[in-house]
Amino acid sequence: MTPANRRNLKNGLLFVSPWILGFAFFQIYPILYSLRLSFTRYSGFGNAVDIGLGNFIRLFQDPLFWQAAYNTLYYTVLAVPVGVVVAIALALAMHQRVREVSAYRALLYLPSILPLFALSFVWVVFVNPRYGLLSELFRLFGIDPPDFIGNPAFTKLGLVLLAQLGAGGPALIFLAGIQAIPRDLFESAEIDGAGALRQFFGITLPLITPVILYDIILGLSYGLQVFTQAYVITAGGEAGASTAGPLNSLLFYVLYIYKTAFQYTEMGYASALVWVFFIISLVMALFVFRWARRWVHYEA
Amino acid sequence: MLRKILGLKVLPRIVLLLMCLVYFLPFYWMVATSFKDNAQLSSFPPSIFPSPLVWRNYVDAVNYIPFLQFLVNSLVLTAGATLGAMVSNSLIAYGFARIAWKGRDALFYVAIATIFIPFPVTLVALFDIFARLHWIDTYLPLIVPTFFGQAFYMFLIRQFLMGVPKELSDAARMDGANELTIFSSVILPLMKPAIAVVAIFAAVNAWNDFLTPLIYLQTESRYPLSIGLQFYRAEHTVSFSLLMAASTLVVLPVVALFFFFQRFFIEGVSLGAVKG
Repeated sequence: MTPANRRNLKNGLLFVSPWILGFAFFQIYPILYSLRLSFTRYSGFGNAVDIGLGNFIRLFQDPLFWQAAYNTLYYTVLAVPVGVVVAIALALAMHQRVREVSAYRALLYLPSILPLFALSFVWVVFVNPRYGLLSELFRLFGIDPPDFIGNPAFTKLGLVLLAQLGAGGPALIFLAGIQAIPRDLFESAEIDGAGALRQFFGITLPLITPVILYDIILGLSYGLQVFTQAYVITAGGEAGASTAGPLNSLLFYVLYIYKTAFQYTEMGYASALVWVFFIISLVMALFVFRWARRWVHYEA
Repeated sequence: MLRKILGLKVLPRIVLLLMCLVYFLPFYWMVATSFKDNAQLSSFPPSIFPSPLVWRNYVDAVNYIPFLQFLVNSLVLTAGATLGAMVSNSLIAYGFARIAWKGRDALFYVAIATIFIPFPVTLVALFDIFARLHWIDTYLPLIVPTFFGQAFYMFLIRQFLMGVPKELSDAARMDGANELTIFSSVILPLMKPAIAVVAIFAAVNAWNDFLTPLIYLQTESRYPLSIGLQFYRAEHTVSFSLLMAASTLVVLPVVALFFFFQRFFIEGVSLGAVKG
């Protein structure tokens, strides 16, 4: 190694050393430590008691674990495709060549950076079956307003709708993808007599498939981690030991981890829940990547 | 003339306006509710346009909880996390973008991969680790980690730095400047826009953070606004008008920040989109 190379290596490592330390201390170590804890009974005080696979056996017999897993999958499976479709629709609208388009872009993007803890409260007031504006709109069209807070059949659907307030963020990424498509592709399609619909399905959609994959992976990750909305809407599940929304319909996985670790102080069991979550997340992401090979176009 | 302005674009405009309307409705309802008195809150059908406007709700909302205390706490936490993100990510991104060293790119891919580690995975163990350090109920668990870089912000600044000509650094190196001097006097002035993007995203994220303060803070006087907002329904009755007034006050700084720095937000998203 030449002296210059050696110096570069030293300097480079020095500059990135905060990240290396943070990665080791705030990510690798906690992940391994929680693996260790997952085989113990541990309240956060005193010593962790080894119980082998006890937590994992308990987990499979725990109805709340299944409920939380079901709710989270239900929400994610619904929220991800809806999120992709809404974001693409917003991006297409943002792509229109009207003079004041940047104002529309700003307005549609803005809600995605607003605090979710506040939006969740707004949601509760907005969809209130009697006094909410949304319910009033339903009545305007002669429809009996659904109860998105009190009816377990609608609570998760409500959160899927709430999540669409944040669609402006991914929409901007889709917009960048659409803008990167060479104009002449559309022009020659137009000469061939292809209408807007055929242009969208024939050109736009195939060429933004990499962005769709990116958005699905991101949406999957957000969906599985859904927490704040459920916590705020159910008031942290304080009304009763295990209630999170009507019929526990808002008991999401991370909320259950939170309750197990910090309300019931069962750090060992919570760590087991964490590891199952980690593995499910990884498997689902890998599955999406594999599946994506069939439909993502990388030639542009 | 009118035809020229509107052209054939009436339909796209109608669609865009309708979309904006849909996105605007919940916020309209937030502000409208914040101005209602009890009679208006419980009138049925609900009054779409509140009248009279009860401005007092904002005074009451601020007095109902220690709002100013929570506000100061939120600002302290936001400032700390923003500073951490600015300092650490610019140094780290410099190391990943402007110095050629063995193993650099492999390590960078590892860093990018960590974006996909779901944060709940470290939630429980980190709490126990910080508890052993006696950091619970302090701001340390919320601020200290931000000084160790966040993969997405590192990525944003690195992406920007890759576009800065290599010759600038080489010229300084020829003159015998050491790496820290090159960083601080040559590159740092150039990377200000990228650092601004990171600062803005970090500030918004810290302001919006809910789960971390919820877990680590226990003493009421240390709560930020995100946690403090829960107090409006501490007793079984919820005062929706006060809650909405407080929500409006919490949302407003983010809206203001957005309108002041719109360019940076949009730039940040498109910088991040390059890899998509």
